[in-house]
Amino acid sequence: MPLVQIRDVTKVYPASTRGGQPVRAIDGVDLDIEEGDVFGIIGYSGAGKSTLVRLINALEPATSGSIVVDGTDITTLPERDLRKLRLGIGMIFQQFNLFSSRTVRGNVAYPLQVAGRPKAEIRARVAELLDFVGLADKASNYPDQLSGGQKQRVGIARALATSPRILLADEATSALDPETTQEVLELLRTVNRDLGVTIIVITHEMDVVQSLATKVAVMENGRVIETGEVFDVFSKPELPASQRFVSTVVKGVPSASELAALRERHSGRFVTVSFRDGGASQSDVFLEFGREGIGFELVYGGVNEIQGRAFGNLTLELTGPDERIDAVIARLRERIEIVEVV
Amino acid sequence: MDVLVDLGPQFLEATLETLWLVFASLFFGGIGGLLVGLALYVTRAGNLFANRAVFGVLNVIVNIFRPIPFIIFLTAFQPLARTVVGTGIGTEAAIFTLSLASTFGISRIVEQNLLTVSPGVIEAARAAGAGPIRTILTIVLPEALGPLILGYTFVFVAIVDMSAVAGSINGGGLGAFAIQYGFRQFEPVVTWTALAIVIVLVQLVQFLGNWLARKVLRR
Ligand SMILES: Nc1ncnc2c1ncn2[C@@H]1O[C@H](COP(=O)(O)OP(=O)(O)OP(=O)(O)O)[C@@H](O)[C@H]1O
Ligand SMILES: [Mg+2]
Repeated sequence: MPLVQIRDVTKVYPASTRGGQPVRAIDGVDLDIEEGDVFGIIGYSGAGKSTLVRLINALEPATSGSIVVDGTDITTLPERDLRKLRLGIGMIFQQFNLFSSRTVRGNVAYPLQVAGRPKAEIRARVAELLDFVGLADKASNYPDQLSGGQKQRVGIARALATSPRILLADEATSALDPETTQEVLELLRTVNRDLGVTIIVITHEMDVVQSLATKVAVMENGRVIETGEVFDVFSKPELPASQRFVSTVVKGVPSASELAALRERHSGRFVTVSFRDGGASQSDVFLEFGREGIGFELVYGGVNEIQGRAFGNLTLELTGPDERIDAVIARLRERIEIVEVV
Repeated sequence: MDVLVDLGPQFLEATLETLWLVFASLFFGGIGGLLVGLALYVTRAGNLFANRAVFGVLNVIVNIFRPIPFIIFLTAFQPLARTVVGTGIGTEAAIFTLSLASTFGISRIVEQNLLTVSPGVIEAARAAGAGPIRTILTIVLPEALGPLILGYTFVFVAIVDMSAVAGSINGGGLGAFAIQYGFRQFEPVVTWTALAIVIVLVQLVQFLGNWLARKVLRR
């Protein structure tokens, strides 16, 4: 049984204006999130990502469908039980959402106070958490005295206070500069690896998914259109929408304008060959062209690495008799993904 | 100057009366305004206890009564004051009407200041497992405390103003005193002294409010 099991869930917001259309923010979503996953959710603005995670800790009630968290269907729970559920699910936010009226210590202590833990235990736990996120010396500071990266560390410490098994991260690094983003991602990786916390990260930054997530779901118009291992989805996206998304981070696929520029300098046929580890190697492919006397020139390309596995996309200009090129391409297709770029 | 010496005891009495009028009204109106303001805030669409009907009714009531000029308010609510405190004149009646009037004014100030609390912060409290009441008490009110203190300081000055009006009709306070002795008996020095006392009082409270707010906001 997955840690989070979402089945045919919809969320409809009533029309905001009189006579307006209700908004189907989530439209028949199925999703399984296993214990220990770092699960990325990507999609364009308005796709329903935030809504989906807010259904998981029941900040919003689902309109229909079932959401089973750790064996309990939360869609039928009364509010009182939902508060207990939320103690077992941490959440961090793009704007950090720290309590400005409380010190760093007070922020991290808050969920523990809500949980009704004794004072001595809270003090010890807060110290431990601040140590973990590297902010022990800032305990008495107020949030407005911290940098963005430090604020998010406090956010993470607060989210982990009650030792939740799930951490929801809604665009947690989107307000940070690239360097700080890396620091926070490293911290999240530690949270997942050392504390065994299952993390659900929403992001529109593909490199976050690429470097942090193990699985990913691509959302569009309230639906999950593609889901799977990050490596699979990134190296071989099935649908045009996911391809578009993936192409923003995956190196090696020329954009339309780049292609136009290439065409001005090259007159041969273009093919893009996608290498994935385990498949045919580059030398296999190049040998095949050489044997048939087909001229080939690498005009565009790049190699990506996800979780230690490499995949690459190389665009080649082929020159030679058309029927021989067609024959080679047909033969190679059996062993590797190769598409003619037109 | 002899006038001041002669009137010394009455002056002191009038000052104490004003203080009593103002602080009692600030206390009752402050609590009333806090409750109504909170109710407006939590029942607003999208908030913790969103309720269109309750919000609509409260909103209309506040909108009707808040802008009424105080002197009209005072006379209009005299019968109600008589019913509630047993008399339509005197300090108690004045305090009642002042509290009622300031409840409407304060409720808007409270509501506006609570609305500045970021929804994200409230979401963080809910995500941490806090229920609505706890969220209001431990997050919303503390987060808005600085501006609330400044708001109440502002209201204090308005109540000093209203108390002079109330006093001049019901008897009592520096306003009535200034009119009776300064204006009617042509003793400008009395008027000016009353003025000086009010200025000092207002400045003191303004200073205290600013100091407290600064302390809360740490700026
Ligand atoms: N409280 C709400 N009331 C009405 N409509 C809402 C509400 N919250 C979200 N929506 C709508 O639901 C849809 C999905 O919104 P959501 O915030 O989940 O998107 P998102 O994928 O997180 O976008 P972003 O990347 O911009 O954060 C949008 O059309 C949005 O306008
Ligand atoms: Mg969002």
